[in-house]
Amino acid sequence: MSGLTLTHARFQLIETSRTPIAIAGSAIWPAASMLAFVVPYAGDDPHFATFATASMLTFAVMSTNLFQYGVGVADDRVQPWDPYVRTLAAGALPRFAGRLLAGLALMAVALLPVVLISAFLTAATLSPFRFLLAVLTTALISVPFILMGLAIGYSLPPKAAVVVAQVLFLPLAFGGGLMTAPNWAPGIVETVGPYLPTGAAVRLMWTAVGEYPFSPTSVVSLITWTIALAGVALWAYRRDEGRRFS
Amino acid sequence: MILARAVDVSRHYGDTVALDHVSLDIAAGEIVGLLGPNGAGKSTLISLLTGTRKPSSGHVELLGADPRRPASRRHLGVTPQETGLPGTLRVGEVVDFVRAHYPDPLPRAELLSRFGLTDLVRRQTGGLSGGQKRRVAVALAFAGRPKIVFLDEPTTGLDVEARRALWDGVREFHAEGGTIVLTSHYLEEIEALARRAVVIGGGRVLADDTIDAVRGLVAVRRVSLTSPVPLPDLDGVTATDREGDRWHLLSPDADRLVRDLVAAEVHFTDLEIRRASLEEAFLRLLEEPCPV
Repeated sequence: MSGLTLTHARFQLIETSRTPIAIAGSAIWPAASMLAFVVPYAGDDPHFATFATASMLTFAVMSTNLFQYGVGVADDRVQPWDPYVRTLAAGALPRFAGRLLAGLALMAVALLPVVLISAFLTAATLSPFRFLLAVLTTALISVPFILMGLAIGYSLPPKAAVVVAQVLFLPLAFGGGLMTAPNWAPGIVETVGPYLPTGAAVRLMWTAVGEYPFSPTSVVSLITWTIALAGVALWAYRRDEGRRFS
Repeated sequence: MILARAVDVSRHYGDTVALDHVSLDIAAGEIVGLLGPNGAGKSTLISLLTGTRKPSSGHVELLGADPRRPASRRHLGVTPQETGLPGTLRVGEVVDFVRAHYPDPLPRAELLSRFGLTDLVRRQTGGLSGGQKRRVAVALAFAGRPKIVFLDEPTTGLDVEARRALWDGVREFHAEGGTIVLTSHYLEEIEALARRAVVIGGGRVLADDTIDAVRGLVAVRRVSLTSPVPLPDLDGVTATDREGDRWHLLSPDADRLVRDLVAAEVHFTDLEIRRASLEEAFLRLLEEPCPV
């Protein structure tokens, strides 16, 4: 990995850490939801607690990436610092990769409370192998949501990006079945779920952590979403180059 | 050797034409002043030469290659706009971030001391005064030991002393063989530093000549007077502006204009003559006739 990527990642992380509320903000929702819904209602049942934790992790992956990249990138683009950085001797790669690294680090911070709450306050259990599988799956399913964030961030001005992220966020969570246990969601959600990025992602998470049947539909759906969102993100990034009029 | 070049370059934003078939060569060792009213296309031209935007047609070169390739920007220095520094980062962190992009950057301490920033190294840029931010911005342009530097309004907001200090820095860089492209609203600044001035207006190069020649082009006087009756046709007047009974005339020869007014027996009062601002002079160069 190039030094420049790390330079850009460090720059991002320093900037974010100077406004710690941003980090706390992305960590607080999933943790609070865990405490409010999972611990009291499903905490005693190892089966439900484990699945609920997986759902909550998917939820956190979606929300942090949607806001971190969607709103963060849109915000950065309107700062005059952005066109300046483009004059430095670095291409898109270190900037993109640096942002990705910083984003993954922040996501880990946001996810940690969920994992800790699940481990210490609920009956959820996971074998080391399953745990590793879950970590891997988490990294994998974050890709389409990072791309969704980038697509929003590079194609919209900040105010619009906030609105779009907020508007997408709840329907994606409900529609994907993140708010309910596997197979307990209303019929329509069960039907539509696998075709949404959230629904496809959470089904893979469920398979990773427990006895949920592997769903090829979800894999195909997630890959399709990833390709489509990558296309939109790239298109928006290229279109953004040299667009502003001053 | 040509360090930066624009060949028949046009740039459109939708229906707006920002640059209209502009050609420009900047040779090694030059200090070139880029002058023009706001919206003339200066910033667009710089953004094309520094690789942040693509021309709609024509082509640009920086150090012999496409400026949009990161490798061709290794010997380029640019100032960010002063408001553009990331406010939560410390001066030292911003300087290190920029230095990391160059193969052989100036040592941090040397860069900081050269621009009088040593005492500010731990300060967050958001808390600096306008003048301090400007100094940081200019310092960043020199962080990578550039061969060519683009300074966009480098001294706006600086007091006289800081401006002189910065000019000395620019001259020193030039004396070491550096090439500088400078934009400014102040003719004085261009006069103090550059030998060549390029005037851009309406997306075109209106003049590209020595400072002396360009100064002649923009040496316009603004003559203001009050007259209740309309003024007769006057030779040499290039623009007239009227607010009630108050008339503002632009002319390269104010003495002659006043003699003509007296000879024409215009009963004017409150005569005022001053050097026209650069903006006014540019309007004249653009030959935008003002309504009489």
